[in-house]
Amino acid sequence: MSEHVIEVKEVTKTFKEVTAVNNLSMKVQKGEYLALLGPNGAGKTTLVEMIEGLQEPSQGHISILNTNWAKDPKTLSHALGISLQETRFIDKLTVFETLDLFASFYQTPTSRVKEIIALIRMDEKAGSFVVNLSGGQRQRLALGIALLNKPQILMLDEPTTGLDPNSRRELWDILLDLKKEGNTTMILTTHYMEEASTLCDKIVIMDQGEILAEGSLEELLANNNTGEIIEYSVNMAEKNNSPEFAPEFELLHNHWEPATGKGRLVVKDIVSAIPNVLHELRANYELRSFECRKMTLDDLFVSMTGRKLSD
Amino acid sequence: MRHPLLKLIAIRYKEFIREPGIVFWTIIFPILMAWGLGMAFTGNGDLPTSIALIESQHTTNNTFQEFLESASTQTNEEGNTFFAKKLDNEELGTSTFHFYPTDSAGAVQMLKQGKSQLTLKEKPDSLIYIFDPHNSEAKLAYLVLNAAIENKQTRHTMAEIRPLTTVGTRYIDFLVPGLLALGVMNSFLWGISYALIDMRVKKLMRRLVATPMKKSHFLISHFFARISLAFVEAFILIGFSKYFFDIKLEGSWVAFFLIFLAGNLAFTGIGVLISSRTSNSRVGTGLINVISLPMTILSGIFFSYHNFPDSIVKIIELLPLTILADNIRSVFIEGAGVVQVLPGTIILTSLGLVLFTIGLRIFKWY
Repeated sequence: MSEHVIEVKEVTKTFKEVTAVNNLSMKVQKGEYLALLGPNGAGKTTLVEMIEGLQEPSQGHISILNTNWAKDPKTLSHALGISLQETRFIDKLTVFETLDLFASFYQTPTSRVKEIIALIRMDEKAGSFVVNLSGGQRQRLALGIALLNKPQILMLDEPTTGLDPNSRRELWDILLDLKKEGNTTMILTTHYMEEASTLCDKIVIMDQGEILAEGSLEELLANNNTGEIIEYSVNMAEKNNSPEFAPEFELLHNHWEPATGKGRLVVKDIVSAIPNVLHELRANYELRSFECRKMTLDDLFVSMTGRKLSD
Repeated sequence: MRHPLLKLIAIRYKEFIREPGIVFWTIIFPILMAWGLGMAFTGNGDLPTSIALIESQHTTNNTFQEFLESASTQTNEEGNTFFAKKLDNEELGTSTFHFYPTDSAGAVQMLKQGKSQLTLKEKPDSLIYIFDPHNSEAKLAYLVLNAAIENKQTRHTMAEIRPLTTVGTRYIDFLVPGLLALGVMNSFLWGISYALIDMRVKKLMRRLVATPMKKSHFLISHFFARISLAFVEAFILIGFSKYFFDIKLEGSWVAFFLIFLAGNLAFTGIGVLISSRTSNSRVGTGLINVISLPMTILSGIFFSYHNFPDSIVKIIELLPLTILADNIRSVFIEGAGVVQVLPGTIILTSLGLVLFTIGLRIFKWY
């Protein structure tokens, strides 16, 4: 018996020409909250749906609770709670009826439906038709359905995409409450860094079907972040050649956009870098803005892939 | 009520009742259609026939002038003056004619707009009737008018004409069985195919199959809810037609039940097959229309398909909607029993089962 609730072993998934997931391996421990972080098209949904049994790997093997979908679909469908990306439920069914329908599949009693309605904070909306719910309420309903069977493993695919900050916060609160109980393992996909860092113990950064980095937020930043960030913008009216900095400080990364006049530097030691950078910019350009900060997951992602998470 | 199958069926009913549009299209609309078409083509109603009249300046045709003078001058809603003339014909009953004075160009325009089907052109010493000889309405108008103007009766021989008013031979008797068959087709193609495609588009289907729900429960709920609603729809239409037009089911109710159920099965099969792969609602709508529109037109719902060339009739007779409509019609107006509808019942049932099996094999759940 392994302590790992989910074990993904050298899994590849190809669709015709496209390789969505490329020879990926990953382990998830019991009670762990794991975030799959990456831009659209990174392969997060494909990976999640293979774990949910909705897609089959082209190669490799996925073991869940020491079994798999081919061997024991019944056990797994009872053990997993799922919220898919953008599911729309039946318009003219109420929140209560929708939950009650799903509850009947799991043979859970109506009392559990009432518990869930309280948990997702929708007591006042229990009699409303699904079609009349806001985006945040719909996502909470989807989460409620995922929690009906008290799942050992909760799989949430972009549960807060498109929600306003308030609705997002409400959903996080529900998940954080659940985390305190400690019985649930969760995999969540997101392209919000803040979501991953608020909710999850472990973050897996994915791009183009592969894992770029994994670990806790602190580990990720400590292992990959060997620098700090300087961002600046200059007036491009007079000059258009890129700024050149004297080699008196260690420059890890130099990104320059001639079209907008914006630049971004990753430096090893900010104290020695700032005077030099400022001097160069002031001497040759009309400086518009200048900002120094610590590296975040977003920056980490940009320095790993050259693209932003939100792309 | 905690059984998932019962829950699934109950939801189908709730969806149906809570969507006023669905109730209108599946129950009210067929009744309105039966009522409208029945009134237009069946009743003893005296619909006036419009005639485009091109008068001559130098007429010596006294017979026709006398005929016109006896007509009353009226004005229609658009402000055009016309002569109205009511004619009693011994054999063909009463008919009213409205003569709209106009010129040649005006007559052509009326014809193109479908406002008249017959043009009457006055010559100094004769009358010219201009009409399409294939248009039976125009031909009839010509016969009645010609007889009246020449002041003679249409009867020259011992032949006798009797207007059809007997129950079982009117247009409404032809129409209602056709509407019942059409109702089955539309109800299943839209109610099952479209519903399944829509659930796939909304990703609700993959969400459902990710639960321990049994796929068979899911499909049975659609089938059962649809069939029961189809029977309700049918009986409402039959009840209305019985009350309003005195329609009679001449044959056996068991035969009707059998052929109707077989039709339900056939269109369930077609419905599941149509919806088995598509995950785009516009493609789905197109597919449903491609299947249902030709059958609506060809299968003899509104008019007999026997006017098509023989080679085409042979193909039309193979269409499931034709088989269903013809069999229901034979039970209603020809008094067919179980034995007569058995071949049709077997064909439709087998078709349904075969298509359902194929559809299920290739069905895309995710």
